Amino acid sequence: MIEVNELTKRYGDKLAVDHLSFTIPQGVVTGFLGPNGAGKSTTMRMLLDLDRPTSGSVRIDGKHYGQLREPLKYIGALLEAKAVHPGRTAYNHLLWLAASNRIPTRRVDEVLALVGLTAVAKKRSGGFSLGMGQRLGIAAALLGDPKILMFDEPVNGLDPEGILWVRNLMKSLAAEGRTVFVSSHLMSEMALTAEHLIVIGRGRLLADMPMNQFIDQNSRSFVRLRTPQPEQLLDMLSRNGMTALQDRDGGWEVENGDMARIGDLAAEHRVTLHELSPQRASLEEAFMRMTAESVEYHTGGSGTGAPAQQDPKPEPAAAWGANWKKES
Amino acid sequence: MFPVLLSEWIKVRTVRSTFITLLLTFVVTVGLGAVVCAVLASTWNTQPASERADFDATGASFSGIALGQLALIVFAVLVVTSEYSSGMIRATLGAVPQRLTLMLAKVLTVVGLVGVVSVLTAFISFFLGQALLGSHRTSLSDPGVTRAVFGMAVYMTLLALLSVGVAFIVRRPIPALAILMPFFFLVSPILNAVPKVKNVAHFFPDVAGRQLYSVHGNTDVPYGPTAGFFIVLAWSVGCVVIGYLLFARRDA
Repeated sequence: MIEVNELTKRYGDKLAVDHLSFTIPQGVVTGFLGPNGAGKSTTMRMLLDLDRPTSGSVRIDGKHYGQLREPLKYIGALLEAKAVHPGRTAYNHLLWLAASNRIPTRRVDEVLALVGLTAVAKKRSGGFSLGMGQRLGIAAALLGDPKILMFDEPVNGLDPEGILWVRNLMKSLAAEGRTVFVSSHLMSEMALTAEHLIVIGRGRLLADMPMNQFIDQNSRSFVRLRTPQPEQLLDMLSRNGMTALQDRDGGWEVENGDMARIGDLAAEHRVTLHELSPQRASLEEAFMRMTAESVEYHTGGSGTGAPAQQDPKPEPAAAWGANWKKES
Repeated sequence: MFPVLLSEWIKVRTVRSTFITLLLTFVVTVGLGAVVCAVLASTWNTQPASERADFDATGASFSGIALGQLALIVFAVLVVTSEYSSGMIRATLGAVPQRLTLMLAKVLTVVGLVGVVSVLTAFISFFLGQALLGSHRTSLSDPGVTRAVFGMAVYMTLLALLSVGVAFIVRRPIPALAILMPFFFLVSPILNAVPKVKNVAHFFPDVAGRQLYSVHGNTDVPYGPTAGFFIVLAWSVGCVVIGYLLFARRDA
């Protein structure tokens, strides 16, 4: 079990991680979600004792990472793709890693086969594509057959086939009872794989809960309306204590609106409706709303969070947020 | 400790740069020394009498080190900085979070490998140089000669150690080389030619090293081979210790 307690990292006058506390549950895939620059990678580096915390602590089964003997047998981590000497072959890269933790050499061949790199094992890794580099990083993480796996943005730069492969791999690792901790800046990716969710923004904890609970709490529902008489519609709604916001396609959204009541009112006021439909906002949108504030504050609205403000496009009802159960 | 040492050894032997830089160290040091000896032997009679009087046959066969050491510095610097430039240091520290153990293993690997290359380079430079010097040669049984030849091997090994230390301090390959190469090739020789300044520059590692690997030594320099050894050692250990203190504290 990994416990993070009041973890803080300051670079100069910038707080990258701000009193972060959470516990990573065992035996499931935990998604570590946040916009770019939220402090995910910094946190992961501190978990592995690569970066020294300004204050706070990380305990892995009660121990500091530096106290683990042969840590590869305990935690396998993929931090960044291609953290490999470009002149060394894939096989030799895994060989030195294995030697450092007294992992048998045959395991090198096993993990190479597992990630599908056997054919290029003796090729220098400098010529690898991003996807191959990512696979090599995953092979390195699996080398010690660890109970805990940590992946930082594992699908970044992968093609659709690679993404599917990583997704299935994470699920099968969790099914084997391993703890999988995976970071992403894409809610959609997490919705497909994670059972538990830890959301951070600007280095602070925003949510730490099971995925189901997150979905229940954050699936905003609203009624979508279309009309050729927008003025009459808005007038009618406001007189009845409802407000509507225009969406990108020229329709109107009434948050938590009662569809039957709106339909009745429209009939009563003789407002023509071309659409009256119940909608649920996507989890992506929920995530963006949750982190928008922190991103906005952090980047002055110019960074990755900007689309959240400019582009609150309500997705169709069949957005992935609705079908995550089918897929998993 | 042993698994970490084995791992560092695998790292060193599985990249081409190790082979290239160490071969270059050997070839340049031996080759240039041989050329200097051959030229000296053929122009012996035209040399001024004073030059002939304090001729150091051993030192002559080691002339190549002035250039050969540059390749050696590149080797030692790359062992450390290639981990940083590739980002591999994170994989390394993930596997071996005990930074002191890791650094010791790296240092021992470099010292062991360079030690072997240095002994070979020193003895082959010496024997080839002496063979080319003909009647002006010296032999290992002459006073101070065996010490000078081993001194050469020790100097080269300590120079590699110093470079490892600087590489841990600086972390990036280009700045590390930009500090070390001009220092040994330009700065130290120039400062050693400036009056007053040279009293300090005499304690630079390359000058101290020369006292260690020449039989007669430079009479300008106010210490002998033993002190020379300790001065080079102090530079090397100093750089490694500073390198460790920074390595232990810094984010990887």
